[in-house]
Amino acid sequence: MAHAHAHGHSVKRYTGLMDWITTVDHKKIGILYLLAGAFFFGIGGIEAILIRIQLIKPMNDFVSAQVFNELITMHGTTMIFLGVMPIIFALMNAIIPLQIGARDVAFPFLNSLGFWTFLFGGLLLNLSWIMGGAPDAGWTAYTPLSSTEYSTTRGVDFYTIGLQIAGLGTLIGGINFLVTIITMRAPGMSFMRMPMFTWTAFITSAMILFAFPAITVGLVLLSFDRLLGANFFDVASGGNPVLWQHIFWIFGHPEVYILILPAFGIISEVIPTFSRKRLFGYSSMVFATILIAFLGFMVWAHHMFTTGLGPVANALFSIATMLIAVPTGIKIFNWLFTMWGGQIRFTSANLFAIGFVPTFVMGGVTGVMLASAPADFQFHDTYFVVAHFHYVIVGGLVFGLFSGLHYWWPKMFGRILDERLGKWTFWTFAIGFHLTFFVQHFLGLLGMQRRIVSYLPNQHFDTLNLISTIGAFLMGVGVILFLVNVVLTTKKPAGVANDPWEDGRTLEWSIPSPPPEYNFKQIPLVRGIDAFWKEKMAGNKGMTPAEPVGPIHMPSPSILPFVMSVGLFIAGLGFMFSTEDFSNAFMSLIFNKYIVMIVGLVITFAAMVARSLYDDHGYHIEVEELEEEGKA
Amino acid sequence: MMKRWQAVKRLLPLLAMFALVLSGCGREDLSVLRPQGPVAQGQLDLIKLSISIMVVVMVVVFAIAAYVLVKFRRKKGQDEVPEQVEGNFKLEVIWTAIPLLLVLILAVPTIQKVFAYDQIDWNDPEAVKVEVTGHQFWWEFYYPDHDIRTAQELVIPVGKKIAFQLKTNDVLHSFWVPSLGGKRDTNTEGTVNYLTLIADNENTYIGKCAELCGASHAYMEFRVKAVDDATFDAWVNAFKQPAVLPADTELAEKFRTNCLSCHAVGDQGGPIGPSLTGIGSRETIASILLNDISGAEGSKPVKDNLVEWLMDPQAVKPGNTMPDPKDLGFSDEEIEQIAEYLANYKLDY
Amino acid sequence: MTSHAEHVNGELPHEPEKATLEGRNKVLGFWLFLGGEAVLFGTLFATFLALRNQNNEGPTAGELFSLPITAVATLILLVSSLTSVFAIQAMHRHNVKSLINWLIVTVGLGLAFLGLEIYEFYEYIVHESFDMKTSAFSSAFYTLVGFHGAHVAFGVVWIGILIGQLYRKGLNVVTAPKVYVSAMYWHFIDVVWVFIFSVVYLLGKVA
Repeated sequence: MAHAHAHGHSVKRYTGLMDWITTVDHKKIGILYLLAGAFFFGIGGIEAILIRIQLIKPMNDFVSAQVFNELITMHGTTMIFLGVMPIIFALMNAIIPLQIGARDVAFPFLNSLGFWTFLFGGLLLNLSWIMGGAPDAGWTAYTPLSSTEYSTTRGVDFYTIGLQIAGLGTLIGGINFLVTIITMRAPGMSFMRMPMFTWTAFITSAMILFAFPAITVGLVLLSFDRLLGANFFDVASGGNPVLWQHIFWIFGHPEVYILILPAFGIISEVIPTFSRKRLFGYSSMVFATILIAFLGFMVWAHHMFTTGLGPVANALFSIATMLIAVPTGIKIFNWLFTMWGGQIRFTSANLFAIGFVPTFVMGGVTGVMLASAPADFQFHDTYFVVAHFHYVIVGGLVFGLFSGLHYWWPKMFGRILDERLGKWTFWTFAIGFHLTFFVQHFLGLLGMQRRIVSYLPNQHFDTLNLISTIGAFLMGVGVILFLVNVVLTTKKPAGVANDPWEDGRTLEWSIPSPPPEYNFKQIPLVRGIDAFWKEKMAGNKGMTPAEPVGPIHMPSPSILPFVMSVGLFIAGLGFMFSTEDFSNAFMSLIFNKYIVMIVGLVITFAAMVARSLYDDHGYHIEVEELEEEGKA
Repeated sequence: MMKRWQAVKRLLPLLAMFALVLSGCGREDLSVLRPQGPVAQGQLDLIKLSISIMVVVMVVVFAIAAYVLVKFRRKKGQDEVPEQVEGNFKLEVIWTAIPLLLVLILAVPTIQKVFAYDQIDWNDPEAVKVEVTGHQFWWEFYYPDHDIRTAQELVIPVGKKIAFQLKTNDVLHSFWVPSLGGKRDTNTEGTVNYLTLIADNENTYIGKCAELCGASHAYMEFRVKAVDDATFDAWVNAFKQPAVLPADTELAEKFRTNCLSCHAVGDQGGPIGPSLTGIGSRETIASILLNDISGAEGSKPVKDNLVEWLMDPQAVKPGNTMPDPKDLGFSDEEIEQIAEYLANYKLDY
Repeated sequence: MTSHAEHVNGELPHEPEKATLEGRNKVLGFWLFLGGEAVLFGTLFATFLALRNQNNEGPTAGELFSLPITAVATLILLVSSLTSVFAIQAMHRHNVKSLINWLIVTVGLGLAFLGLEIYEFYEYIVHESFDMKTSAFSSAFYTLVGFHGAHVAFGVVWIGILIGQLYRKGLNVVTAPKVYVSAMYWHFIDVVWVFIFSVVYLLGKVA
């Protein structure tokens, strides 16, 4: 049916910058996510280095107390929402359609919209640095500290509105991947034949769908309190600050698993490839992933043991949290036994994957320790907790992302990252990481609470903090080495083989690197788990096609997602400054009367209407063109 | 390549040992690892139990990992395809069951202690009651049984149950004396918390605010002075003595109209700022300027600390709500005099 | 235009919204979206339930609400759900004219509901001095009910635009999924309203 519509329409195709702004190609959107994620990861990293410089010695005055609070708030917020999330989305975009044998995602237009709203939300949040002060109430923004009474700059408004817009993008992305994975799999690829990375992306997307609306509401309530004078968290008018904690962590804890599950998926791809063995216990891996996701929604109050929820709640949430150790343990042992009996190659990607296992175990065991509420009374809000979550998020997720980037880089860009530099990246980053965070466990036990701008000497904190700061610099060196590697690699000529690691197991390795815009000339027929490996073992050169060569229907590029996001950005700024006292009459008029906000919303809605009114018929890549490309 | 990997593997525990040795177990009056009361002791026991279980887990995982990484490296010219193992039901059951068992072992004492440490002793007649109120950035301690309202330095009798009621006057704080026991948040009205701590030994313990509460969160410390019963009673008595005002009547008047509108001395003044009663015998000024009575390294005479504070309170504790004395019309000389007066305002106990 | 529409109609299957992969994706994606919306309203309901007795010396639910008006509003919205079912039935019969008519009735009822809600809010704010700032209860009330109202307003505009498209382009495999998901959306906000009516109004009046 769609084919019939597409005939006779010529579609404008852009080049250069316009191509990137209008693209709906999941591979290009993946690269955009990667660029944006790297940018924000860099900002978050610089913030981290500044924090560590401040803490290098007791009573240091490198930054003021106010700036320090802004740094820790923005470091956490940026890294979680704007740094690692988009890099996860980058890999999901670049790889998932290839792994399931699809030509595109289910909603290419929404895919683009998701990226641009995320980007403009992130930019809005970071504009706070130059527009009167960044948020300063911690990434958790606990009320009343985040209320206008105690956080008097616009900072927290940038936080609520910026995250709201960025979160919208994430939610859209989550729905898109759910539908893509449910409906777009190649013939023969049942759910239980899906690669593990696809499985984790699927579960993560489901968690996004059910977790993000909670923070959407939380941010609405907080922004209404701050901008419209509502009383959700204002005790004097009947509000309840503990309500914010519940809403935040009902989102916040699943968010942690949203982050780590894709890393599990990456590790589950990299280790089998470089062990030349199939993943050990595939079905128990799937089961464990689902169980972790399920339990992830049941344990939010373990962030609130010291809030005073009473012994019954604390006991229940303690036990539920400890239970998560069981499926996680299953995963760890499955990875170890995937390597058992294999032929392990120590590529950069695999170094990160192997390094992930012990590191994540260390983060996991401190997690179980924290789950015990009476012990948590001591750990809570100390550097022990800081050490724990950096072990899982950096030692777990970031190791996983580095592993995935080294692994899929040739598929995304047609060039292999330099292996020597890659190994240097791993060793500097991994050693720096352990130096930074291992000692922090002890800092916490010795009595150092988190989020403190400075500390008095003679508390046994000095040496450990110095070590920690040195480690942070080493991690910085590791990241810079990676960037150098990227720059050097980009200068090399493209054109690696379809299966550059030679032991690729999944469908993405059966097509060119980088893939053509339509991914698969013919949709492949999947005959088992690790579909490509199976064909290779059967002595086949490539996948068996499931369809004859025919014209391929492609969606048209569109500028509308970009326009909608700009509209939301303007509306957000307008809403945020609606309560500002301007000395300028014109500014007062356009902001205080909500004119800017309305203009922004009109732009967004107009673009939505335009999208609805003008059908996208897409275009076709004809058989002759396909043959042409095949020869070239 | 492999050599380096192994070298680091060997270095890691060494590094850990190094860190441990460097720090020892921390200060007796501050460290979680050196408990000074039954609550902290019980919590440390739980920490030790969990860490032992976890070390076992880590040793097993690391050992398997090390073996696999050494044994199953791809050798030169190794081209045959390894056996593609789908899984092993028995093994998978084992590594599901054992963690479950370990979790159970940890769960039992956890639940016991959750209920033990969440018990509310506020109505226990044996307990010494203290209402704790967090302020940006200082601590108020009110003893309802003695009608004493003090600040920054909590005096408690050794060996007795101290029942705390915790709340805040502004943003959330968290009340934490690591060597006596775990922390509890000070919430707003309506979600007030209770906590019981006991000190076994006479000493002065360091307390901290553990919940981000604004610019000077780092500096919101307090002291817990555990003394014997007789000393505690003497302190209560001394505290109840009528206020001592500056000898100079003009200065006294200025002190009364400016300082006492918020602060209290003895029976005079208000509860908005921290009580100044007996401030000369406290161990700190503004909780982070150490007085020489504490004997701590880097400490100064009380008067010097008071002068430093009064000359520029924002420099010591950014974001605190005390007006700058100079804006209130105090000259440098008067600040010196006030400091002198306060430094000599001691409680005899 | 009509001839074009009829031409396409001739080829349409019984459920034109599911004729293409795009259409099926849209319907599935929208189901998932409604799942997210359910969490969104769930969180708003939880907030409301936590704060509904915190009236801060302002009006209480019992003093404020008038059940007759909200009962009428409920009836209107329930009927509009029914008319949107008729619209989808007409779509499955490929009867574009009837489809458009039922959608117009649906939009009309939606507008009537919105009118009542605006009147209600106006009464509260002007005559009862009950606005966003009055109490935690008022904030929770306006946010929950207002979020729903905004959803209704969005639905009215959306279905209005779809009516225009049906006039211009007729019913085909592109417009059919749009109409179908808009009907899903409409049922969803209707269900949410039933909860609002019970939890906010009935419970407020009874307690």
